[in-house]
Amino acid sequence: MGKRRYPLGEYERDKIVSQTGRSLEELTLENLRAGKLGPEDFIIHQETLRAQAEIAEEAGFPQLAANLRRAAELTVIPHEKVLSVYEALRPYRVTYEQLLALADELEREYGAVENARFIREAAEAYKERGLF
Amino acid sequence: MARRSKRFIELAKRPINRDSFVHEWPEVGLIVIDSPYDPKPSLRIERGKVVEMDGIPREKWDMIDRFIADHALNLEVAPEAMSTPSETIARMLVDINVPRGEIVRLVSGCTAAKLVDIVRQMNVLEMMMALGKMRVRRTPANQAHVTNRKEHPALLAADAAEAALRGFAENETTVGVARYAPLNALSILVGSQVGRGGVLTQCAVEEAVNLRLGFKGLTTYAETLSVYGTEGAFIDGDDTPWSKAFLASAYASRGVKIRFTSGTGSEALMGHSEGRSMLYLEARCLLVTKGAGSQGVQNGSISCVALPESLPGGVRVILAENLLAAMLNLEVASGNDALASHSDIRKTAKLMCQFIPGTDFVHSGYSSVPRYDNMFGGGCFDATEFDDYNVIQRDMQIDTGLHPVREEEVLAIREKAARAIQAVFEGLGFPPITEEEVQAAITAFDSRDMPDRDMAQDIATADEFLAGERTVLDVIRALDERGFGDVAERLLEMTRQRVLGDYLQPSAIFDEHFHVLSAINDPNDYRGPGTGYRLEGERWRRVQDIPQALPPESYLEGQGEHPSKLLSEIGPAKKGSGPEVIVAVGPAFGRELDQTINGIPHDEVLKQILTGIAEEGLSARIVKVYHTADCAFIGYTGAQLSGSGVAIGIQSRGTTVIHRADLAPLNNLELFSQSPNLTPESFRQIGRNAARYAKGEKVQPVPVKVDNWVRLRLIVKTMLLHRRELEQVDPDKPPTELKFDWEPDV
Repeated sequence: MGKRRYPLGEYERDKIVSQTGRSLEELTLENLRAGKLGPEDFIIHQETLRAQAEIAEEAGFPQLAANLRRAAELTVIPHEKVLSVYEALRPYRVTYEQLLALADELEREYGAVENARFIREAAEAYKERGLF
Repeated sequence: MARRSKRFIELAKRPINRDSFVHEWPEVGLIVIDSPYDPKPSLRIERGKVVEMDGIPREKWDMIDRFIADHALNLEVAPEAMSTPSETIARMLVDINVPRGEIVRLVSGCTAAKLVDIVRQMNVLEMMMALGKMRVRRTPANQAHVTNRKEHPALLAADAAEAALRGFAENETTVGVARYAPLNALSILVGSQVGRGGVLTQCAVEEAVNLRLGFKGLTTYAETLSVYGTEGAFIDGDDTPWSKAFLASAYASRGVKIRFTSGTGSEALMGHSEGRSMLYLEARCLLVTKGAGSQGVQNGSISCVALPESLPGGVRVILAENLLAAMLNLEVASGNDALASHSDIRKTAKLMCQFIPGTDFVHSGYSSVPRYDNMFGGGCFDATEFDDYNVIQRDMQIDTGLHPVREEEVLAIREKAARAIQAVFEGLGFPPITEEEVQAAITAFDSRDMPDRDMAQDIATADEFLAGERTVLDVIRALDERGFGDVAERLLEMTRQRVLGDYLQPSAIFDEHFHVLSAINDPNDYRGPGTGYRLEGERWRRVQDIPQALPPESYLEGQGEHPSKLLSEIGPAKKGSGPEVIVAVGPAFGRELDQTINGIPHDEVLKQILTGIAEEGLSARIVKVYHTADCAFIGYTGAQLSGSGVAIGIQSRGTTVIHRADLAPLNNLELFSQSPNLTPESFRQIGRNAARYAKGEKVQPVPVKVDNWVRLRLIVKTMLLHRRELEQVDPDKPPTELKFDWEPDV
């Protein structure tokens, strides 16, 4: 993939698809009226988030880029699961082992490598600071 | 105290003296900068890992130190950054020859203590210059608060629409009753898109609920991700840097923009300052924000603002925190939201710190509703101050994203928004919004003008909506089916934008065509005069177009329409003899101008003066002076022609002088320079006094009303009246005697 032209919505609108593979041209009132579209059709595709990460990195926002790469992995994880991971990361919610198990699960079930690494790092920090 | 100064008694009543002020107490965090317990800047890196930061070795770090060292610091730049003297970096900040990018690069390697050490070198003016240069987005913008005490959906929608129309790029709501969240989010989403397509909206509630609202498509951004500068405060806030960072990713994964929130004073208020200064702790917050990958931050003390402002240097430090965020390449929504002072002077002076440089969002919540209805505990600036605000923008040729609007367009947009949310409620089977509620929402001042709703029923609806499967798509459908196709299309485009993710980039906003403006395609390129964002062209015309500004000609409406029928020219004026008074009038008198500035017809002016003179038993002649329009010279000219040496000089707008032949032209016997304060009775007394001077009597000066506001109110009219008088000046035409076809009845 070559260098991405920002805004994608203006330069690459025809190439972008949602997570379900819908093109932007399909995301119309007509299709909505016809009952052809659901909420999942409006979730950003992980490749689009990676493209945005690339744009951010290029423009000198490395931490934002890392965040967007973690976000890309979360696009395929259901809402309720995402909420439960957030809950587990809050102080005193789970044990060290449970947090590590959660990291393993995300990596195994959803290929969320970056998030898994991030959660493992949190687990170490929480252990050190007594946040379990 | 036995003895009291009446002036001190008055001073004590001033609004400023209702604010709280306190001496510093570093141990409990009551200090804005330079606490004796603040760490000194330091950084030691071994084998690519930070082992000591700001004097603290790794093994003694808390979770915040660890997060900052591992995520926020650019270790490649750090050795260079930390060894560059802070004063040098401070100077680079105000040096127009040092590009923004070079500073961003260096700052990426600075620790919290180093960041503070840089800005502590700077005064407010230098910080403002630096903020103008370091702001992330080139085009400044603004955010509105839209709330009300009754959580009334029609009023929320109408207010959101008006805020959007007034130019706010983001609208934020919150709740008094937490369970209202989905309905409030929905109401401002719909209202905002009615007002202007592309306005971002959010609802500030508990994090998990907030995320659910985002998933449902009811919000398009979130900024409630609060971070704190000490571990204790962070944990009290029920989060960690990792949980907040995860939350940021979770929002982004659904295409929702986020920014973090921090601000001086929060740790001290929560009892977790650890004796550190407020700014040092804020620097830590900002590094956590940066490290977590948030594109931006809402800071500038925010809800704690009164705490730093109670301390010396508080306002300077609040500006410093905005500047630090911008230096870290973070979008800044720069406070000016919560009530900061009882004093309008003080709050406005504080505002100027962000207003003049411009920030990504000058207010992170301008209360677009009256203060009474602000549920953020806020309303530092509110709906009643829009006119002041727009005038200040016009005065300074500064754009903070707002512009003047007309009452008719506001009423129209409010009606459409109220009807749109009514349609949505109907479409979703929510408790109906009645016609009475719609009508009230259009014209309401605040929620006291709104009919009460069955809140229990609304809350039950909100619960069901949040828990259920329905999303923004159902809202769009409801709008589309009920004749709001254009609004439906805007909501749909907002939802489509989630699939693109363009507005996840730093400082992103949309214009009315859903064109995204962010750090990527609208980076701040300020490099000194003539560069960066300039308010000009069409936008400047819009900002200056306040409805209070009138066309100049309107100030002269009615003037010259009824020239005097009593006055006519006789011929060149001759020097008189005996005890007479000359009434010398300006060149436009009674003809091109026919009334004074406060509307006294010139005929009436003459009748009063002549009556006054006659009451003293003297006669008068009227002379029109053509060669000058200056009041003193008109009077002086008259005096030279007067048999008694005494003359009254009158400019057509009413400014009057009593002159005497032996005085220097700019001297006088009596001068009535505030023409708008002169009444018919004043002119009569002026006539009487002039006659007494002519008779050589002792004279009590004519009492006149002193109103120093008059000049302020009427200066434009004065200038335009004078201009018309000047148009009639003929330097070569001698004074001409006039006949006034009227006799005083004395």
